[in-house]
Amino acid sequence: MESVNAKYVSQKVSRTRWRPVSVSSFQQPEIFATGSWDNEDNKVSLWSIGNYGGLGMEDGFEGDPQLLCDIKHDGDVLDLQFLDQERIVTASSTGGVTILRHHPNSQTLSVSHQWERAHRYPCDNAPCTSVVCSSPEIVSVGEDGRIVVFRADQEGVCRVIENADSSTIHAVTYLRTTEVLTVNSIGQLKLWDLRQQGGSPSKILSLSGDRVPLHCVDRHPNQQHVVATGGQDGTLCIWDVREESSPVALMEAHSAEMWEVHFHPTNPDHLFTCSEDGSLLHWETSSHSDMPSLLHEGSRNSGVTSRSAMAPAGGNKSLISAWLSGDSSKSCLKTSHMLPSQTLSVNSLDVLGQCLVCGTDGEAIFVNRQVLV
Amino acid sequence: MEELDVEAVVTEIPAVSTGKHMGFAWGPGDILVYETLYKAKGASSSGSSLIHEVRKDEDIYSPILRKLFNESHHIFVGLQTVGEDVPSKNKKPQFVSISKNYRSVIRACMEELQQLAVLTKDAEAATRLGNQVSILLAIELIWNLCEVLFIDAAPAGSLLLHLLDWVRLHKADVDEKTREVLQSESPAEHHNYWDVVVSYVLQGRVEEARQMLVKQANLHPAARGMFKLMDKLLSKMPFYNPRSTQTLTEFDVIWRHWHEEVDRCLQDNSFSSNQHLEFICKILLGDEDSLLECKDLLGTWYHFLVTRLLFCHPTVKPTDLHYYAQSCMTMFLDSRSVSEPLDSILLASFEFDIHQVIKDCSIVLNNWWFVAHLTDLLDHCKLLQSHNLHFGSNLREFLLLEYASGLFTHHSLWQLAVDYFDHCPEFGRVYLELQIERVPLETERKALKVLRVCEERQMSEQVRSICKIMATRALRNNRLGSALSWSIRAKDAAFATLISERFLQDYSTRGTFSDLDLIDNLGPSMLLSNRLTFSQVAAAASEKKPRQEDDVEQTKVELLRLALARNLATAIVKEGTVDT
Repeated sequence: MESVNAKYVSQKVSRTRWRPVSVSSFQQPEIFATGSWDNEDNKVSLWSIGNYGGLGMEDGFEGDPQLLCDIKHDGDVLDLQFLDQERIVTASSTGGVTILRHHPNSQTLSVSHQWERAHRYPCDNAPCTSVVCSSPEIVSVGEDGRIVVFRADQEGVCRVIENADSSTIHAVTYLRTTEVLTVNSIGQLKLWDLRQQGGSPSKILSLSGDRVPLHCVDRHPNQQHVVATGGQDGTLCIWDVREESSPVALMEAHSAEMWEVHFHPTNPDHLFTCSEDGSLLHWETSSHSDMPSLLHEGSRNSGVTSRSAMAPAGGNKSLISAWLSGDSSKSCLKTSHMLPSQTLSVNSLDVLGQCLVCGTDGEAIFVNRQVLV
Repeated sequence: MEELDVEAVVTEIPAVSTGKHMGFAWGPGDILVYETLYKAKGASSSGSSLIHEVRKDEDIYSPILRKLFNESHHIFVGLQTVGEDVPSKNKKPQFVSISKNYRSVIRACMEELQQLAVLTKDAEAATRLGNQVSILLAIELIWNLCEVLFIDAAPAGSLLLHLLDWVRLHKADVDEKTREVLQSESPAEHHNYWDVVVSYVLQGRVEEARQMLVKQANLHPAARGMFKLMDKLLSKMPFYNPRSTQTLTEFDVIWRHWHEEVDRCLQDNSFSSNQHLEFICKILLGDEDSLLECKDLLGTWYHFLVTRLLFCHPTVKPTDLHYYAQSCMTMFLDSRSVSEPLDSILLASFEFDIHQVIKDCSIVLNNWWFVAHLTDLLDHCKLLQSHNLHFGSNLREFLLLEYASGLFTHHSLWQLAVDYFDHCPEFGRVYLELQIERVPLETERKALKVLRVCEERQMSEQVRSICKIMATRALRNNRLGSALSWSIRAKDAAFATLISERFLQDYSTRGTFSDLDLIDNLGPSMLLSNRLTFSQVAAAASEKKPRQEDDVEQTKVELLRLALARNLATAIVKEGTVDT
C-alpha cells in the first residue's frame, strides 16, 4: 500500500459507511455513503468504487470514488447507518432522525421519513449523536441524554427513555437484539434491556480512576460480551460486559479523541480505530494458539507495536478471544498506521471485506481496497 | 497617506434603493451594509430592513476551489517540515517537487472548472467559471515561471530548455490543430498544415516538425532534395544536454556552426522555390521580421521571447534575460496600447524582482492563496531577503496571516487556518487566540475539536472560556452530567462547585436525587471546592420531611456525604489547598 490516494470532496466528512453486501456472495463492497458536517448546506452522498473493467489492481487504488447522488441534509450528519440495501438512517445536529431512500434507477436519494426534534431541550435543539439499527428497529441517542426507539414503518416514536443519562450519550450499539449499550461523556457504559419498561440501565460499567468521556463503542461480531470503546484521551478499552465492571484491557492508542472503533465484521482479530490526531490504526491480534501470528505491515512500518495492556482483574485465562487476554506476552498485538501522516482529524471509518473507507476534516476520503485481513 | 496603487473597485448593491444613505460595519472578511434613516433629498420614505453582506472573496465558497485550499494545505504542512536535517543545497530537488505538486493541484482544479463550464447551461455561471479558469491559468503560468527562474534556478543552457518546456505547456492549441490536420483526408493539403509545422518549429519541437514535413515531401517528389535538406538542418539542430560532459562553450561553438550552415542555405537560395520552407529557414535563423510575422501563431510576447532566444541566444544567462524580455515585449505589443497586469508580472519575473511579482499578484488577485503559498515556498528556498515591512513582521508571515484570516471567516475551512497560524512564529498565536473564540459551537463534537486545538497549544484562557460556555449551556438545559464533564475538562473547581450546589438544590426541592448515576459513580477526578462542606450536606438532609423512602434516601445522603468527603480529602491532599 505505497500511496494512499485522497479524494477531495469539498466537504468535511463526518461519517462514511459501506453499503452492506449480501453475506452469501463473496463480493467486495462497491458503494459507500458519506455525511458531511460544519457546512452551511450539509449533504449525504453516495459513492461508487465499482470495478471498471478490472484494470491492473496492483496497488488496489484503481478507480477514484465516483459520486452517484447526493441530497441536502438539515444539520450536521452526526451519524449514518444503512438500514438495509436501499435505506439510510441519519442522526442530525438539529436533533432529527431521518430515513433516506436510494432509488437506483433514477440514481437519486429522497427523504423517506423524518422524525424532527427526536432529541431536544425544552427551548433548544439537542443534537442526536448516534443511531443504530436492526431493521426495522432504530435506536438513537443524543446530547439530551435520551434514548429513543423507532420503527422504520411507524410514524411516531415507539418508545422514549427520558433522562437515561445526565450527560451526553455519545454512541450506542446493539449487544443483543433486545439489549443496547450506550457510552457517555462521564466515562460510563450502560446496558439497557429494551424489554423492560423502567428508565434505568440494567448495568453500569466504568473505568476506575479518571472518568474519561467515551466517544465510540463496537461489539465483537461473534462474542456478544466483548466490547471495545474509544475515549477522549485516545485510549482503547476492551470490556467483558458479563463480568467485570472495569475494562479487561486498556491500551494507549491515539493522542487525541478516538472517534470510531470497529471490529472487522468477518475477521474480528482485526480492529480499526481513527482519531482526532489524524491517524487510523489497524490493530491485529493473534490468539495464543499454535497458529503462527500473521505479521502484516501496513503502509508505514511505524513503530507502533505491542501496546501496554493491563492484566485482567480476575485472571480469566480461559477466555477464547485474544482481545481479552490482555497480557501482551501471550498474544501478539500489532498496530500499523494506514494513512499518510499530517492528515487532519479522521472522523470516521468503515471496514467490510477487504475494503476500508475513511473520511477526514481535510475534506478527503481515503479508500483502501486491499486491507490485509 | 500613501497613494493607491490601483483605482478603487465600485460594487453595486442592487437591493439598496437609489438615493438612500448607507451605513456599514467592517467584519472579519466582509462588510455589513444597511440603509439608514437619514433621508437624502428625493429619496422615497420607505426603507428596507435588510442587512447586506458584501464579500470580497467569493472563491472560498466555490466547491471546486475548496479542493485547492485543502490539497494545498496538505502540501504546505508537509513543506514546513521538509528535510530540516538536510543541508540547503540538497533541498532544491525537494522544493522543486513541492512546487510541481502545487502546480498539479492548480491544474486539476482548472480542469474540473473547465469541465463544469462546458457542461453548465447557465450563461452567467459559465462566464464566471470561465473567468476562474483564466485566473488559474495565469496563476499556474506565473508559478511555473517562478519555479524555473527562482526555485530551480537553472543556469545558462538548461535555462532555455526549461523555458521551452514552460512555453510548450501553456500553448496547448498546437496539439489540437495537429489532431484536426492529421484526421483529415490529406493532411499535407489541410489549410492549417503549414501553421502546425511552423508552430512546431517555433516551439523547438523539431522531431514533430520533421515528421509532418515528410507528409509534404511525399506529395512533391520533385522537390525531394529540398525537403531532405530541410530535414537535415532540423535534425542537426543542437540542443544543450545538461547531463552530458559537453560544456556550454563547446555547445556554443557547435551551435554557431549549425547557424552558419542554415544561413548558407538561405543565401544559396536552396529553398527559394518553396516559400514555406524558406520561411522556416528564416525562422531557424531567428530573423526578427519573420518571427513577428508569426504573431498569431505565437500568441504572446513571452512565446516570442523564448523562440527568439532559442534561435538567437540559446546560451542566454539568467541575468541577461530581462534585456531580451523588455525588448521582445515592446516589439510584440507595439500595436496594443497598454500591457495587462499579467505582462508586468511576467516581466518582473524575468527581471528577478521577486518582491514586485508578489506585490503585483497581491493587487490583481482577490484571494491571498497564491501569493501566500508562493512566498512561503520562496522563503523556504531562502530567496526572500528578510524584507521587514513597516508594520507587522516579514512579508511571508504577513501574507500567510492574511490568507489564514480569510480562511477563518469560512464556516468550515477554519480548521485549515489553524495550521497556517502555527507556522507564523511572531503573530500566529495571537491571531489564533483571537479567532478561535469566535468559532460557533453548535454541537459538543465541534466544541471538542476546537478545545483540542486550544489544549494542544496551551491556550488555557480559551480552554476555560469554551468549557464555561458549554457547561453553562448544559446547566441551562439541566444536563448536570454534561456540565460536570465540561468543568472537569477545564479543571474548573468553581464551576464544579456550582454544579454540585445545583445538584443539592435539586435534591432539596424535589426530594429525590435526579441524576443518581452521577453520585453513585463519582470518581476522584471530581474537584470540589471547600465551600461545599459536610454541614451543608447535613443541613440539606435534615431539612427533608420524613417519608417512606426515608431509609433509602438516608443511605443515599450518606453515600453522597462519603463521596464528597472522600473527594474533598483527595483534592486537598493533592492540591494542598483548593482555590475558590
